[in-house]
Amino acid sequence: MTSATDVRASARRRPGRARRPRPIHVQFRTIVSPHQLNSRWGRRIYWLVLAAVIVLFTLAFVFPLYWMVTGAMKTPEEIAEMPPSLFPADPTADAFVEAWDLFDIGTLLANTVYYALGAWLFSMAVDVTAAYALSKLRPVFGNVILGAMLATLMIPPMVILIPLYVTIVDLGLLNNPWGLWLPAAANGFNIFLLKRFFDSISRELIEAAQIDGAGPVRVLWSVVLPVSRPILGVVSILTIVTAFKDFVLPLLVMTDSEKMTISVGLSQTAGAVTQNHVMGGLVIAGIPMIIVFFIFQRHIMAGLTAGSIKG
Amino acid sequence: MAIVRRNLTAYGFLCAALACFAVFAWYPMVREFVLSFQKTDLINPPEWVGLDNFTAAVQDPAFGQAWLNTVEFTLLALLCGYAVPFVVALVLNELRHARAYLRFVVYLPVMLPPIVAVLLFRWFYDPGPGLFNQVLGAVGLPPLAWLDSSSTALISLVLVSTWMNMGSATLIYLAALQNIPPELYEAAELDGAGILKRIRHVTIPQTRLILLLMLMLQIVATMQVFIEPYMLTGGGPENATVSVAYLMYQFAFSQMNYGQAGALGMMLMLALLVFAALQLRTTREDAA
Repeated sequence: MTSATDVRASARRRPGRARRPRPIHVQFRTIVSPHQLNSRWGRRIYWLVLAAVIVLFTLAFVFPLYWMVTGAMKTPEEIAEMPPSLFPADPTADAFVEAWDLFDIGTLLANTVYYALGAWLFSMAVDVTAAYALSKLRPVFGNVILGAMLATLMIPPMVILIPLYVTIVDLGLLNNPWGLWLPAAANGFNIFLLKRFFDSISRELIEAAQIDGAGPVRVLWSVVLPVSRPILGVVSILTIVTAFKDFVLPLLVMTDSEKMTISVGLSQTAGAVTQNHVMGGLVIAGIPMIIVFFIFQRHIMAGLTAGSIKG
Repeated sequence: MAIVRRNLTAYGFLCAALACFAVFAWYPMVREFVLSFQKTDLINPPEWVGLDNFTAAVQDPAFGQAWLNTVEFTLLALLCGYAVPFVVALVLNELRHARAYLRFVVYLPVMLPPIVAVLLFRWFYDPGPGLFNQVLGAVGLPPLAWLDSSSTALISLVLVSTWMNMGSATLIYLAALQNIPPELYEAAELDGAGILKRIRHVTIPQTRLILLLMLMLQIVATMQVFIEPYMLTGGGPENATVSVAYLMYQFAFSQMNYGQAGALGMMLMLALLVFAALQLRTTREDAA
């Protein structure tokens, strides 16, 4: 069969010109069968769809960001021009520098990073110990507690926003980073991910450490944590990104202009400055997360599917 | 004795989490209930007012409109945010090239802080030099008022919301599609099923559970839409974009009436719980 096609193909092939197009390599079977895909029309349609999807995605998801960056490089006059210029006539980085001063981005960014890192450290400490206790020490009512923690995932955050705010006010935590860190640690999803991973750590490993005389703290630190690196990475990234992106709670809790996060700060000042400065501010606010995405892409995607797809 | 000790250590490890959950997750649910029957402005001591908060919330001129908008927003967002990612995932799963690039790009907006997406689109929607009207003009179409007209404002919000959120749904569907055993497609093909039939009889049944789960998650997520109306329209024009969550925010922080906000929050919670229960029942029947 193969040899017959080869013979026919080589008979048609003229010197110096490869006639037969390379088949599209199929690694795994999907809806369209490899045979269909590599038929004459299948191949044409495939390349057409591929090109269309690449162009469409680039236009839909990359072009807006291009527009944002180039918008920041235009002068206030050029950015208001109609029709707009596709490339800035005289690209300058002035808007970034001016936006930095106008919005006081140094302070805002430092605040946001401080809150995000604090939320990360604190919720890791709280959630890891809790998940370890629920998974390995198995106290009485452990399952009830786990159930109650997971039940909070069913309550949409907006719904309890007002009573949460009132509670934070009652505790005197307004404009106090703990007003963000303590609620961040009450994260049922983190507990769920961590506990599920800890459950999969073999009993023998832990018993071996216990025979060597290791107490619960030592077992957690020297046995459980080192083998849990993958899930710790996923949970860490998830927590940091969520804290960095959060808008509503910081809007209510961190109201001092000295203590605002970058999202809240931009939202408060954006109406009062020119469009190129707004864009400069947005670019600066977006860059940290884009860098995080470049570096930790795999962790982020793993975290995305970890909760929804069980093996 | 050993059991008591093990429990003591376990609760030692748990106490920080228990405290955080108790104060910042469980107590607020109770507090919401209490709050909705009290008159609270956080300055004067709260007083019990019975159902006054509920009647006041219902009688607010924007109340009916807010629910209508929220439902409409949710339906539109489902149309864009539920169906589109699934179709996109179907197509992406068939492609053999540029997969990493396409996945990266579709998730890029999800990584941005929402405020970046929202303020960027506010500029795009500008009726004058905004990108959208300029593009419409370039292809010879009349300009739209976008956020400034009550007929297009809501759909404009849905558009931003879809742009910045669809990446995660797409990647979740993509992962689900990759878990479908290839033999099923081969068997369907041998039975003479065409591409559409393969989608209907293999792809959809195989991803049914994740489709149902995402439907619920998405409805719950869009029912609490806040940042889009807050930043883009302030609920206007003529209340065309007031959402329930936004109205709640206004009750609390413009009118300093936390009780009334709590009452509205209770109603939203109830609506979502009824919905979640319905959903749970269909999932269970499905599994049975």
